[in-house]
Amino acid sequence: MSSKIRILVPVKRVIDAALKPRINKAGTGVESKGVKFSMNPFDDIAVEEAVKIKSEHKAAVESIHAVTIGSSKAQDILRVALAKGVDTSSLVDVGDAEVEPLQVSKILKKVQELKDSNLIILGKQAIDDDSNQTGQMLAGLLGWPQATNASKVKINDDLTVEVEREVDGGVEVVKASLPLIISTDLRLNEPKFVTLPKMMKAKKKPLEVLKTDALGIVIEERLETLKLEEPPARKAGVRVSNVDELIEKLKELKAI
Amino acid sequence: MSFKLLARRFYSSKIVKLTSESYPNIKRDSKYGKITPQTIEFFQNLLGSSSTITDNDLLSSYNEDQMRKYKGQSQLCLKPKTTEQVSQILKYCNEFKLAVVPQGGNTGLVGGSIPVFDEIIISLSNLNKIRSFDQVSGILKVDAGVVLETADSYLAEQGYIFPLDLGAKGSCHIGGNVATNAGGLRLLRYGSLHGSVLGLEVVLPDGTILNSMNSLRKDNTGYDLKQLFIGSEGTIGIITGVSILCPSRPKAVNIAFLGLDSYEAVQKTFQRAKNELCEILSAFEFMDKESQLQTLKFLKTSHPLAEDGEEFPDYNFYVLIETSGSNKEHDDFKLETFLESVMEDELVLNGVVSQDESQLKTLWNWREGISEASTFDGGVYKYDVSLPLPVMYDLVNETRTRLQDADLISIDDSTKPVVDVVGYGHIGDGNLHLNVCVREYNKNVEKVLEPFIYKWIQNKNGSISAEHGLGFQKKNYIGYSKSEIEIKMIKDLKNHYDPNGILNPYKYV
Repeated sequence: MSSKIRILVPVKRVIDAALKPRINKAGTGVESKGVKFSMNPFDDIAVEEAVKIKSEHKAAVESIHAVTIGSSKAQDILRVALAKGVDTSSLVDVGDAEVEPLQVSKILKKVQELKDSNLIILGKQAIDDDSNQTGQMLAGLLGWPQATNASKVKINDDLTVEVEREVDGGVEVVKASLPLIISTDLRLNEPKFVTLPKMMKAKKKPLEVLKTDALGIVIEERLETLKLEEPPARKAGVRVSNVDELIEKLKELKAI
Repeated sequence: MSFKLLARRFYSSKIVKLTSESYPNIKRDSKYGKITPQTIEFFQNLLGSSSTITDNDLLSSYNEDQMRKYKGQSQLCLKPKTTEQVSQILKYCNEFKLAVVPQGGNTGLVGGSIPVFDEIIISLSNLNKIRSFDQVSGILKVDAGVVLETADSYLAEQGYIFPLDLGAKGSCHIGGNVATNAGGLRLLRYGSLHGSVLGLEVVLPDGTILNSMNSLRKDNTGYDLKQLFIGSEGTIGIITGVSILCPSRPKAVNIAFLGLDSYEAVQKTFQRAKNELCEILSAFEFMDKESQLQTLKFLKTSHPLAEDGEEFPDYNFYVLIETSGSNKEHDDFKLETFLESVMEDELVLNGVVSQDESQLKTLWNWREGISEASTFDGGVYKYDVSLPLPVMYDLVNETRTRLQDADLISIDDSTKPVVDVVGYGHIGDGNLHLNVCVREYNKNVEKVLEPFIYKWIQNKNGSISAEHGLGFQKKNYIGYSKSEIEIKMIKDLKNHYDPNGILNPYKYV
């Protein structure tokens, strides 16, 4: 293995984080028709961090490759990643199939082998299913060390990596050598806007499409969603005019 | 020492001068009655004591405007809950010649909703029900006191959009929007309220309720009376209900934020955007560098066009383009093609396109935040003018030169009253917002600005008020935009319907 860093950034296309998701009429999933999609915000942070590492360690980083698993529409977020400074990208086209974290990890393991990556930076979770599993499962499958929920990443000259994690009561610093998996937390960085010239250049950057059978993977669902329900609506508050009335109300509700 | 100075500045910016002290030439008209204990008792019986505000602390928020420029001395604020109550109030006030000032969300920019002396404030904020919405026609009927954003959120759930959007949407009332004929950010796409309002419920000064809350798109029987109240600024009636036609909500919205070198390039880009983006173009806003620098002080985050390591980019003008359509792929493709072509032709030097909803909001913030940012140093003189596009920006430069010649302006020197002159606005509507950001309101500054600005506009055949209205600030300047015959007709109408002059006196004409 050469002594250069080859970064892999897995990214996911999700319902825009600023929108309120709605359950579909059948109660089987979240309504995705006519809804705006964007890159998972944690993955956006992962891309930003990879680009930052490359610009700060030009000699040490050989390449950044972004990968997404989804339908052909997911190419949009790869283009954004390319515009932000990722060098090459691939779409693992699974159509509209739902892919569970274990399957995602298995696919990513294949992509890692193809690209010979030795540093994987990914969001700690996707905001659609909030599983927070892929990074950990992938580390298990590859037998690599993992630094989850990173709030600061430092690459040393000897290519060891120090990662700060915010934990209850303080900051934990973990250190490992490559290969390594880092999952990103919100505090790691603040993604910047992509400028138009970069967006235009990104059109010429490589975007390959891979099929799961070519990777030797069969998508299977292990989880079954029985039903999705909205939480019960919150009842409206009442105004009270004095303390006595407040206490009376609280007693009525058996709150005191 | 420096702490003391700071404390004093903080203190002085806290106190807003009474309008009657700032403008000593304007005297209270003795024809108006004064509030007596009987008056208050009457209203308490009519509205209940919680809707009859006489406490000075509570009154202060109704007596002051958001720019902290005008301050009235009203001793009574009424908050009716029904149209019938508004009618009773006006009937009583008309009988006893008590002057009133109708107030919506109090977000006006020309002092139109603030009492000058002791006028009774009629706040519409408790008249705030959404009355009905028709899914097929898209016709919404609301009480006047419904907040614009509330109505828009309600419509969003039904797949519709309110045809008006403006920076103050979180506080302003629809009734106030109609009474002032607010323009805003979507006018380019959806037209003015004169087109989208289908009917109004209005209480006339004698208490008569005029109801035209019908939902007809076409009705050619007689004078279109509702038009009289759109933009009347509460001078001939109080709007209590609005019926308005709402378009379908666009499913795909994109924002591009661009950096340009000159005002010339801004105009050319606008022309190209109209041609190439065509039906999906929904806003075209321009901002000068100074307005963005002022907003930077206020937002305190790096500018969207700032490159790595720099805090602020180096462009003279900025443009925000919004597209709204029904098909994202189609819109994306159109916008991309357009942006590529204007960049290739070097009209646009740099730009960003929103990638997600939160970026979209951030980009809008750099446009919508200018208004609030303009008051950051203490206050602002706002001019909202319509001008022919080619000469529009000259007004900003000439105003700055005048202030420089008078030695009143400096960004750094805090002994000068004026901080900066900023220009921005709706290119699509030929509407410039000229803001003179000041550290304090000052008579010398006012003398340099007025009537110079109004004369300048008259010379170019523009309008001294494109969308903010006349209110108190521009009452004496209507002559720069309207002919004597027009002014006479306005006065005749006012005198006919409000012979006692109780509605919103000392303003408008």
